[in-house]
Amino acid sequence: MSFQERRAIASLISTILVSAFYSAYMVQRYPEASAYSVEVFHFWGSFFLILIPVSIVAKIIIYILFSIINAIATREEEPAITDERDKLIELKAQTTSNYVFIVGFILALSSLVVDMPPSVMFIILLLSGIVSQMISDISTFYFYRRGV
Amino acid sequence: MGKPSPLVISNNIRKLRFNHNEMTQQELAEKTGVTRQTIVAIENAKYSPSLELAFRIALAFNVRLEEVFFLEDKNSPDF
Repeated sequence: MSFQERRAIASLISTILVSAFYSAYMVQRYPEASAYSVEVFHFWGSFFLILIPVSIVAKIIIYILFSIINAIATREEEPAITDERDKLIELKAQTTSNYVFIVGFILALSSLVVDMPPSVMFIILLLSGIVSQMISDISTFYFYRRGV
Repeated sequence: MGKPSPLVISNNIRKLRFNHNEMTQQELAEKTGVTRQTIVAIENAKYSPSLELAFRIALAFNVRLEEVFFLEDKNSPDF
């Protein structure tokens, strides 16, 4: 398994861990108020705003840990350059990920059209963000393994 | 107009490396400015390089492009 494939797996694991732990922590703080109250919108606003820096910091830490463990276990150096194949794979994975997020975004808006509470819309939006990131990691792994 | 027949791009990189003092994949990667993994992928026909990289590989071996890469037609009788 190449360095890039292992890195894609590490990214997938970090996405799952960060999403699971952060959501488990934040769900305890869900306000006990009406589904359409200001507190609920405040909760979801802060949920997404805090998630951005938390996921960035967590991913950096997990990536550093992965690099250290990988260097010790395989004695293989991290590629110093990003070449045309890496860029093509990144582009293809990102495109697939974007399609998944667009579907989730449309579903999230559809939930409002069928008169579901705003929280359902935010949950679908959150899930589509997590799933699209996972699809990006899985696609990256797939393209490195099967060819592009 | 029908769909064009599928084409497979093959290469002689492994043979050329052997003929050039058993050049390693890492050495070829450094000469052409890509990662070793990309050279592995090209050798195994899992990645078709850009025209620029194809020329860089040919230059690294000091041969013409068609001596490195060649086209195989799956529908041709001698495929």
